[in-house]
Amino acid sequence: MYSYYLTIVLAPLAAAIVAGLAGKQIGRAASHWVTIAGVGISCILSLVVLKNMFWGGAGSENISVYTWAVIDGLHMEVGFLVDRLTALMMCVVTFVSLMVHIYTIGYMREDPGYQRFFSYISLFTFAMLMLVMSNNFLQLFFGWEAVGLVSYLLIGFWLKKETAIFANLKAFLVNRVGDFGFILGIAGVVMFTGSLDYATVFSSADSIAAQNIEVFPGAPWNAMTLICILLFIGAMGKSAQAPLHVWLPDSMEGPTPISALIHAATMVTAGIFMVARMSPLFELSTTALAVVIVIGSITAFFMGLLGIVQNDIKRVIAYSTLSQLGYMTVALGASAYSAAIFHLMTHAFFKALLFLAAGSVIIALHHEQDIRKMGGIRKYMPITYWTSLVGSLALIGFPGSSGFFSKDLLIEAVKDSHWQGQGAVYWIAYLSVLLGVFVTALYSFRMFFLVFHGKERMDAETKTHLHETPAVVTVPLILLAIPSAIIGWFTVGPVLFGDYFGDSVFVVAGHDVIGEHLAATWHGSLGLLTHALMTPVFWLAASGVFVAWFLYLKRPDIPETMKTKFSGIYNLLDRKYYFDDLWIKGFAAGGRGIGQFLWQKGDELLIDGLMVNGTAKAVGRMAGVMRQIQTGYLYTYAFAMIIGLTALLSWLIWLR
Amino acid sequence: MIGLEHYLTVAAMLFVLSIAGIIINRRNLIILLMCIELMLLAVNFNFIAFSRYLGDETGQVFVFFILTVAAAEAAIGLAILVVLFRNRRSIAVQELNTLKG
Repeated sequence: MYSYYLTIVLAPLAAAIVAGLAGKQIGRAASHWVTIAGVGISCILSLVVLKNMFWGGAGSENISVYTWAVIDGLHMEVGFLVDRLTALMMCVVTFVSLMVHIYTIGYMREDPGYQRFFSYISLFTFAMLMLVMSNNFLQLFFGWEAVGLVSYLLIGFWLKKETAIFANLKAFLVNRVGDFGFILGIAGVVMFTGSLDYATVFSSADSIAAQNIEVFPGAPWNAMTLICILLFIGAMGKSAQAPLHVWLPDSMEGPTPISALIHAATMVTAGIFMVARMSPLFELSTTALAVVIVIGSITAFFMGLLGIVQNDIKRVIAYSTLSQLGYMTVALGASAYSAAIFHLMTHAFFKALLFLAAGSVIIALHHEQDIRKMGGIRKYMPITYWTSLVGSLALIGFPGSSGFFSKDLLIEAVKDSHWQGQGAVYWIAYLSVLLGVFVTALYSFRMFFLVFHGKERMDAETKTHLHETPAVVTVPLILLAIPSAIIGWFTVGPVLFGDYFGDSVFVVAGHDVIGEHLAATWHGSLGLLTHALMTPVFWLAASGVFVAWFLYLKRPDIPETMKTKFSGIYNLLDRKYYFDDLWIKGFAAGGRGIGQFLWQKGDELLIDGLMVNGTAKAVGRMAGVMRQIQTGYLYTYAFAMIIGLTALLSWLIWLR
Repeated sequence: MIGLEHYLTVAAMLFVLSIAGIIINRRNLIILLMCIELMLLAVNFNFIAFSRYLGDETGQVFVFFILTVAAAEAAIGLAILVVLFRNRRSIAVQELNTLKG
């Protein structure tokens, strides 16, 4: 299998290099063919790997490919750990990536940076695969940073658009905050275990948990808690959890295919994957799990609320991504790792679908993204309409769709976890995920109704050109709609209850809500489906859809009056809880202020002014005084010489 | 009887005169050169006086050498002076102050 893994990783890289360096020579069509071929090979081989794991009974493999450096016994290696968790991630990443590659042919058709775009998304696929297939922290960090870099390049893909440049810088800087915690966490792991290798670190997890570390003198902290929280800060940056979420909505400035691939389906889930991968560490620290679940619930509920007031079609979906990432984080905090990864998988399909459908609408309307200028598109774009409907239903967890199985069981898991008897944490988490369902349904269908139903609010010029997008756009939509609709049916049993993950996810006995509580009442997919009508989740989602229908189709005047009546709340939501202001005016401006101060006072005044130029000026001033002696007249020099000679001789004769 | 001390006194007077000439004279470069020559002569005077007093002729031979070298030096000095005059149309010491800081 070794050659399989290498091919899976290297095929997209090779394609990216060819399309990136020789893109001009080989032309546009060859660029997309070579990258699609690269990712296609990866996708097929990943599916083969998954098949061997799932049906062939292949065990997990831990292969070291190359030793990069050995420093004082610390091995820095490139290696692959391919187990069932990895295999699932590989398939999700390569499949969504392949769909996005195909879709891009249609979306970017007129863009001058066509080859560059294909090169970047192939490079992203390579980086993401390196991340998920890693068997050590260093390679994980490499992949982590590489996906961040590609994300930066792609958000600012239209490099002449000022908002895009602002957004990519913002994404990069906010991710630095997360990465700072992440690398400190890795440093902590190395400090306590002396190894970067997953297997070694996980096997000595108990010894880490038994130790304390004094970061501030006199306040010993549990080493495992500290390491896990630091690692989770990294996940917060990459997976856009509050308060490090601010970059994700802005990242929608990039082209839509990358919003689908990177900022919805794959890269942002890296944090979720990482925490699940680190489950042997996180399980040993209840404090860290409490932090995870609280941050996740805050994100899940409050970010969803923001989606209701957004008017940019992509930003609505972006906030829904934030909210869904919050759901996954809550599941991680509740020790329901398999539920989190399962939701990650279904979410990847339906969120990529929703983004690509939004992109399809955007192409049809000639790059109009404001949902107030859409409406009634249903009859012009039937394929986009139906696929969007599938995606939206999956997002709100409509019974039978893939999102239903993942979200419903996720919420059940949170409910049954009772979160270790901690009432406060439990209620925060449970209420947020439950009310989040209503909010999700409300904003998803608000967008859906405003875009596809109701009055046609676009101008007449656009309307005459409005028609369904070409096949390269609609085929990926259909191919994504199929798993969005049905994949939950046959995967939920084995993945959540059939011990799919085996030993790749570790749960301490007593934390295992899925294995211990939910499994007892599990009667197959059909059982869950018939049970759906009796759960609050279904009724909350249904009421969300109803409220959206009532407010935005039946009585569109009500939202307007509400906007003026509750202007305080509206402003709070419209300004995104002032988080952007806090970051930009608080931290960024503060950072710039400190920089300004150090530059002007520290550098220009103290170092340049006083030390460097000050020394030179002092010498100059002294010389200015001294040179008054130099008259330039010969006799002065002669006189000085003679005086000097006399003085010297006198000293020699009399004073010695 | 004229003894060694008288010769030395004359030599010292000549030397001090030449120093005074260098310091006091602020106008003519030729006088400066002459003062330097005079200084050398004062030194030579000492040489001869001591040579006679100690009965050793080596000192007198040295004086010949010094006189020869001094002549050459004076010639070079005058040549420089001529070139200087050609360039600056003046040999007044007050005007030669390009070394002023």
